[in-house]
Amino acid sequence: MSQTTTFEQPNTGTWDGGNEPFKASYGKLMMWFFLLSDAFTFAAFLTTYGLARHRHHAYEGTPEAFTFSTQWWPIPEKVFNAFPGFHGVDWPLAFVALMTMILILSSVTMVLAVEAGHRMDKNDVQKWLLWTILFGSMFLGCQAWEWTHFISGTDEGMKLANGSVIHGANLIVNQYGPPLFADLFFFITGFHGTHVFSGVVLLIMIFINTVNGVYHRRGHYEMVEKVGLYWHFVDLVWVFVFTFFYLV
Amino acid sequence: MSSTDISLHKDVHSGHDDHHDDHHEQSFIEKYIFSQDHKVIGKQFLFAGLFWAIIGGTFSSLFRFQLGFPEATFTFLEPILGKWVDGGKLNPEFYLALVTMHGTIMVFFVLTAGLSGTFSNFLIPLQIGARDMASGFMNMLSFWFFFLASVIMFYSIFLETGPAAGGWTVYPPLSALPQAISGSGAGMTMWLVSMALFIVSQLLGGVNYITTVINLRTRGMSMAKLPLTIWAFFLTAVLGLLAFPVLFSAALLLIFDRSFGTSFFLSDIYVAGEALTHTGGSPVLFQHLFWFLGHPEVYIVILPTFGIVSEVIATNARKPIFGYRAMIGSMLGISILSFIVWAHHMFVSGMNPFLGSVFMFLTLIIAVPSAVKVFNWLATLWRGNINFTPAMLFSVAFVSLFITGGVTGIILGNSALDIQMHDTYFVVAHFHLVMGSAAFFGMFAGVYHWFPKMFGRMIDEKLGYVHFWITFVCAYLIFMPMHYLGIAGFPRRYYTWTGFETFNKFLDMNSFITIAAIFVFFAQFIFIFNFIYSIFRGRRATENPWKSNTLEWTTPVNPGHGNWPGPLPVVYRWPYDYSKPGAPQDFIPQNVPYSQTQSSNLPYERDFE
Repeated sequence: MSQTTTFEQPNTGTWDGGNEPFKASYGKLMMWFFLLSDAFTFAAFLTTYGLARHRHHAYEGTPEAFTFSTQWWPIPEKVFNAFPGFHGVDWPLAFVALMTMILILSSVTMVLAVEAGHRMDKNDVQKWLLWTILFGSMFLGCQAWEWTHFISGTDEGMKLANGSVIHGANLIVNQYGPPLFADLFFFITGFHGTHVFSGVVLLIMIFINTVNGVYHRRGHYEMVEKVGLYWHFVDLVWVFVFTFFYLV
Repeated sequence: MSSTDISLHKDVHSGHDDHHDDHHEQSFIEKYIFSQDHKVIGKQFLFAGLFWAIIGGTFSSLFRFQLGFPEATFTFLEPILGKWVDGGKLNPEFYLALVTMHGTIMVFFVLTAGLSGTFSNFLIPLQIGARDMASGFMNMLSFWFFFLASVIMFYSIFLETGPAAGGWTVYPPLSALPQAISGSGAGMTMWLVSMALFIVSQLLGGVNYITTVINLRTRGMSMAKLPLTIWAFFLTAVLGLLAFPVLFSAALLLIFDRSFGTSFFLSDIYVAGEALTHTGGSPVLFQHLFWFLGHPEVYIVILPTFGIVSEVIATNARKPIFGYRAMIGSMLGISILSFIVWAHHMFVSGMNPFLGSVFMFLTLIIAVPSAVKVFNWLATLWRGNINFTPAMLFSVAFVSLFITGGVTGIILGNSALDIQMHDTYFVVAHFHLVMGSAAFFGMFAGVYHWFPKMFGRMIDEKLGYVHFWITFVCAYLIFMPMHYLGIAGFPRRYYTWTGFETFNKFLDMNSFITIAAIFVFFAQFIFIFNFIYSIFRGRRATENPWKSNTLEWTTPVNPGHGNWPGPLPVVYRWPYDYSKPGAPQDFIPQNVPYSQTQSSNLPYERDFE
């Protein structure tokens, strides 16, 4: 076999084998394909959301007259209008906007960590990873507050036909509207939150490896890049979740 | 763990040839159990698949016995089935559990994990000229997740309330309400957990197959020189990667409905006079999510066998495959179409008839690429110099079964006709021929063909012929009569049909089917015996017993870890240079350069000399 190669060479085009056609290592390709697959998981959930919402009536009165009722799907601004420390104040979507900002900021610091990795600058990688971990954890903290508020409910609650009042939401009863509204909120933001949490765990793992100089010895910070891909994906998914739950 | 693991893999892939000179001794556990060698993992999947096939086959024999001999007593099975035999009769709920588990086991554990798990793992690195999979560690995890899923599914069979019994499609509300039937209790929970783990396993395997095919092809192995097997495994992995996560979503939502009181798939239900709290959900949504996986799933089952059969037919007809690019194109077409036809399983779910007509149109288009494949196989056989090895017989029979089962698919794909045929034995006959039997035949073809490469010995041909003829004849004897039953309106999943005057005249036909089914089940033990006996006592194989062109036959008889002892082979030509005019032999392996085959080079190939 080694003799044959002296007679001639095989083709050497981009797709002719013996190379990496996308100029990406197998690990990075795997991350891309995993994310593609995960995108389908989220797409299925958001489809479920769309269908459930379509099956329920929309609120048709004026926004001022809006009350919570199981008869119609609630207006998001009326549900997500609380802010920590400002009890009873109506700030529509202010808190979730802050959460979104934090998550987008964490993506920015992630980009900076990957960039520092390309420069083989260990200290900068550490610094930016730490910021990313901080923002990621902050996002999770915000989500915990948002969930707590959602579960405990508002002072007014929802008046039922028999005169009783329910406060807050769980998987079975829901003061804001039909039970499915709360089911989907818990399920989809929870599934996304699980992804953020896994991301933070991964970030802590690669942070420890960076501090120990594992990647420096290896000669490249590709692992940071791979986790970065995942982190940006989670960020992107949030944009869709945000759009579905809070904007439309 | 993760950091050490990755640095370890880098060594394997950068193709350091010195890496393979130091044979460090592996312990038994490292070599055969927690192995990262793709060949061992492939065999692990094969053995697990065979185990599940026996279980699935046993189940079908049991419920066929009930169907064929409704008056018979099962007292003799009491020692095995215990309380599931009730006063000599099979418990009706256990009957439902049997059909459910038969479907689940055969579709997922045998024809998905056992088929593409075996052959994708075994053949991808060998046929593209790679030392191993992209990530051996993840590949190992893939098997062990499958193993865990298998253990849970197997355990659920022994639950007192029985395994899942809502059909392999686990439609809610039946599957979502534990109080509905006993099979929707703990058995259903374990089914969902097992399937979630199974999907993780598929994902780990799938990203590995895809990246390996993209990144680890040896020098010269362009996409247009890949054997069709690799194209088939590649597309199968892509389908699995995109379809399984949707089943994962559906399973998670169903778990929440079952265990945490949500209403995703449930709406305003009374059970035994008691109103449930669920409201607002949609059971049809589950069908959409399920069949978005479920339809690509049938191609996940059949695509690998398309590849195997193409390879075996070209090799044994001693002819180039007819229409290589058309074969790839049709597989691509089938893969894309498979994602946009799912609702043809739901024509009677109350969907809009207009939507039904769109899905009908898209479904019928699949007949075109499928027919391209069939005609290409027939054209490859045409005037070939055919060697009827057992693998070849199974491949030719595959084409036959694929045609027979495929034409009934055109009938079922018509929404107007499907309303009559839906949930009758016509459907059972259709998919058992086209994806059940055909995929099994492709799998058998693969085992017979690559047995020498897997175990270094030849599998016995005579027993192979006996196995083939019994299996082939019985496959038709079982499923042909089912078409008649189905056209007469005979419903599937019914425990007993003797109460219906209309169906009583089919008693003989049902008994006939059952006898054939049980006979062919026992005939499979000829294969099992042959398989195990030949591993230890078979005739020793040579390096290239079928005079085949692909790269796996350039390895030693028993390839070690790393597959090729020397440098990786280099590829110059496509894999189907059989019986090329002017060549001294009737095959030219892929690693032979054109400069060595001047007598047979075609005019345009002279440029390569």
